[in-house]
Amino acid sequence: MTRTRLALAVAALTVGATAIAEPAMAQNEQFFPSLVYRTGPYAPNGVPFADGVADYWTLINERDGGINGVKIVFEECETGYATDKGVECYERLKGKGPTGAAYFSPLSTGITFALTEKVPGDKIPLLTQGYGRSESRDGTVFPWNFIALGSYWTAADVAVQYIAKEMGGLDKLKGKKITLVYHDSPYGKEPIAALEARAKKDGFTFKAVPVTHPGVEQKSQWLSIRQDRPDYVLLWGWGVMNSTAIKEAAAVAYPRDHMIGVWWSGAEPDVTPAGDQAKGYKALMLQHGPGEFKVHQDLKKYVISKGKGAAKDDFAQVLYNRGLINSMIGVEAVRTAQEKFGKKPLTGEQIRWGFENLNLTEARIKELGFEGMIKPLKFSCSDHQGADVARVQQWDGKNWKTISDYFTADQSVLGPMVKEHAAKYAKEHNITPRDCSKSS
Amino acid sequence: MFYREAGQFKTSYAADMAVFPLRQDRMVVYLFLLFAFIGMPLLARFNIGVFGQDYIFNGILIPLLILSLAAIGLNILTGYCGQISLGAGAFMGIGAYAAYNISLRVPGMPLLFFILLGGGVSALVGILFGIPSLRIKGLYLAVATLAAQFFFDWVFIRVGWVTNYSSSGSVNAPQLNFFGWVAERPIDRYLVCLLFVTIFAILAKNLVRGNLGRQWMAIRDMDIAAEIMGIRPLYAKLTAFAISSFIIGVAGALWAFVHLGSWEPLAFDIDKSTQILFMIIIGGLGSILGSFLGAIFILVLPIMIDLVPSAFGVQVSVQTVTNLNFVIVGALICALLIYEPRGFARLWGIAKEKLRLWPYPY
Repeated sequence: MTRTRLALAVAALTVGATAIAEPAMAQNEQFFPSLVYRTGPYAPNGVPFADGVADYWTLINERDGGINGVKIVFEECETGYATDKGVECYERLKGKGPTGAAYFSPLSTGITFALTEKVPGDKIPLLTQGYGRSESRDGTVFPWNFIALGSYWTAADVAVQYIAKEMGGLDKLKGKKITLVYHDSPYGKEPIAALEARAKKDGFTFKAVPVTHPGVEQKSQWLSIRQDRPDYVLLWGWGVMNSTAIKEAAAVAYPRDHMIGVWWSGAEPDVTPAGDQAKGYKALMLQHGPGEFKVHQDLKKYVISKGKGAAKDDFAQVLYNRGLINSMIGVEAVRTAQEKFGKKPLTGEQIRWGFENLNLTEARIKELGFEGMIKPLKFSCSDHQGADVARVQQWDGKNWKTISDYFTADQSVLGPMVKEHAAKYAKEHNITPRDCSKSS
Repeated sequence: MFYREAGQFKTSYAADMAVFPLRQDRMVVYLFLLFAFIGMPLLARFNIGVFGQDYIFNGILIPLLILSLAAIGLNILTGYCGQISLGAGAFMGIGAYAAYNISLRVPGMPLLFFILLGGGVSALVGILFGIPSLRIKGLYLAVATLAAQFFFDWVFIRVGWVTNYSSSGSVNAPQLNFFGWVAERPIDRYLVCLLFVTIFAILAKNLVRGNLGRQWMAIRDMDIAAEIMGIRPLYAKLTAFAISSFIIGVAGALWAFVHLGSWEPLAFDIDKSTQILFMIIIGGLGSILGSFLGAIFILVLPIMIDLVPSAFGVQVSVQTVTNLNFVIVGALICALLIYEPRGFARLWGIAKEKLRLWPYPY
């Protein structure tokens, strides 16, 4: 009895050991890791994003035969939106493939914070599209972080600008009340600094109301909002928290068209569970919205119709499209790096150069089939955000409708904040900021 | 065959009182320690097998060692002294945030002291929250410690001073500089954790065999009888709370500084408490070895289940694996608690008895 148990234990250990020591992969391949959450309270939002990320990589392999002939190999690792699991996944995937991981996109602000400490040592870029540390825009202090398209501070600024436009001008904000309902985590807390700065500048009263993870319990928060009657409510939620917030707003009869969600609170899984109560709810767009564009035709032709796609009902939804864009930026960064370092599998350090010199012009975006989804994007040594614009969309009960033009975030407010926070980080970590006039 | 004890005579009281009275046990432990301290770094140095990868250290061994340490801490309180605590996560958090604040506000102090002082602060808070244990027992005490958990979750999130008014509520650990030696490579950080765990495991093992440990066990088995025999419940319970919280606090500081590097209050939420409690229940209440076995089961098994399909080249989607993981681990826990409620440590105890008698059982 003991012996069979022992044998079983030995067998289990051997399997485990071989599982860690995976066979080496073929040589002309670039490894792309994918940290996903397809289970847990945030899965409704994690799944479409992960599907978009995977399907674009598959498209590149199926349609173009890889990036200039270098095949994309990717692997998912489930984080469940938990930081420690995310770190474990990062460690698991970072060394795979002939040259190691190309870049990481954890889709979690908490994991981003933890990985920000680890990527400089491992020399792997971190692509955090529309989330993460707002001050990581400063490439001189954060050489490895790329907060593409926008930060939470951008979002907060654009939201205030939109409210001002609705009211008829920035001067009308004086004396008004804006309340932020936020997920009580680094993610939800990020915009507070920017909103406080705007409140001081524009003279509105700002109040922040936290909601504890995972956000299914927010009765008391909405009762206090009913008492307080703010003019606008900003929603910084994720996963089930968003639909709950909309339902609770309906319960206290707070007008939904005076609620503005961040771009992580503006997708289909956020509004559909609330049914008709969500009608009129607004949200920021990380430039793009839902719907099919030219790239989707290719996806249908090369990926979906061949049964190789990950997408199901989520095809062309907001977060699916965001996943596509995330992968597109990553793939284009690798392509840029290949121009300098050769058409072969590249290391994270070389791909970092590719990110930093990435220039997605209008023509290039059109060529890639993303016309109408995003505006031009250009990273540089000092600017790791590359764009500053966002729009607003509204849920009409069935679809998201774009209701505004592009707003540009006010750099006179945000620029000094980025500098100040980045300098604080640099001081804490004994980092000497790079001199961008010297590096290529 | 496995244990040939014939000829091992004990000629002194010290030999009789040894932690491992059998020579075979001693040898295994020495060999294991030798492997952990010298073999592992050598394997890593020469890139042999899986030990050449960072993952084995960063992904598995470091968290395993730190959580084992936390499990030892909780086992002292719950396993030896019988005081159920659901606040282990909070005490880890206190250790981590205390160490962070001391490192921030007392510049120039060596890192080792931050970590130990983090444990010290955690011990003080442990004593404070241990006071109710003099009046309330069992499940009611569990509820009181649960209150500690939620209270400190709140403190970490709400009190700005604790996080140095960080706008996001997330804080970063300083560089791991031990008296001029910077633990940067995974193997260095592994050795740091290993050293802490070894020292505390030896201390804990000796503590529970000594006067204090016997007092704790007397309190656990029947507090009224213990009191009649002259054991002061105040002293016994509060020392258990203090020492347990100290070890858990050190584990928390290591978790934050060595493992995560940057953390948010969510890293020390109720999930961490239950995870550690499960470790000691699965591993064996009142056993130092059990703390390690439980940590291996709770932490490493899910990772192994994750890795197995891809090792055989089977393509399974991550959500299937994750859900399977919950099912398999859950079922194993249930099975274990039905067939051996006293955990892995007891299983090992039975196995050892059989090995000693083999091949002539009676």
